[in-house]
Amino acid sequence: MGGMALPQVAPAETPQIEEVPADDRPWVTIVWDDPVNLMSYVTWVFQKLFGYSHDKAEQLMMDVHNKGKAVVSSGARERMEMDAAQLHGYGLWATVDRA
Amino acid sequence: MFRRNGNQCVATFAIDEVRVLRKVAGEVVGLLMDGFDHTDPVVGRLFPDIYPERPDDSAEFRLYTEGDLKTGKIDQAGAILAALPDDGPGEVRLDGEEAEAWLRAINDARLAMGTRLDIQGDTDLGDELDEAVVRDPASSRVFQLSVYAYLGYLQESLLNALPEIEERA
Repeated sequence: MGGMALPQVAPAETPQIEEVPADDRPWVTIVWDDPVNLMSYVTWVFQKLFGYSHDKAEQLMMDVHNKGKAVVSSGARERMEMDAAQLHGYGLWATVDRA
Repeated sequence: MFRRNGNQCVATFAIDEVRVLRKVAGEVVGLLMDGFDHTDPVVGRLFPDIYPERPDDSAEFRLYTEGDLKTGKIDQAGAILAALPDDGPGEVRLDGEEAEAWLRAINDARLAMGTRLDIQGDTDLGDELDEAVVRDPASSRVFQLSVYAYLGYLQESLLNALPEIEERA
């Protein structure tokens, strides 16, 4: 250590950090493939729960089936938790994670 | 198996089907009410961890949501028991809401049985059943596999009998 002594006074205000607070960053609901749920049932759940067209719901179901998982919704954490809870009600295997 | 009749989904069940459906719906209710045990893989599958890598967050979420989820699952299994004839063959007629409860409840029963039977993505039910029959045609596994397959067909028939869903997005 040497040279000029730096003032040991804390800044009056915490400097603005250029980062979105963690809780405001988007979250996602993920549905995982499982060996029991029928493909037609999973498609129906996506239509019913998210109001997707049959084609869109089927595409999402195929993503889950082929890739092992798919993001089915994104947004605020509380919304994603609600989506996941509803998906659990239908017996789909859903988790929530940061986008 | 279900078919569409006007705004309803209709099925005529033989006495064996009524008994099997009563049994599986009753077993789901029993699982949820009596011996509810988080270390049971079936319970783990019906109530998955929402944050698999953050046990504390999962536990907190569970604290707030598990009661409702459990009640919902008991109610939907109850919808099967309520619509079935008491003990005998008969017709079941479901409106849209009842059909949805049946679909969800059949799915819970299939998830429970599929977990117990160790059904995997590449499991061929026909082969499994053949092997189980060769080992012991009177075994519980033969019965369980048959019921599991039956529930799959029943669920598919009910999905096909549903009215079209309105699109919102």
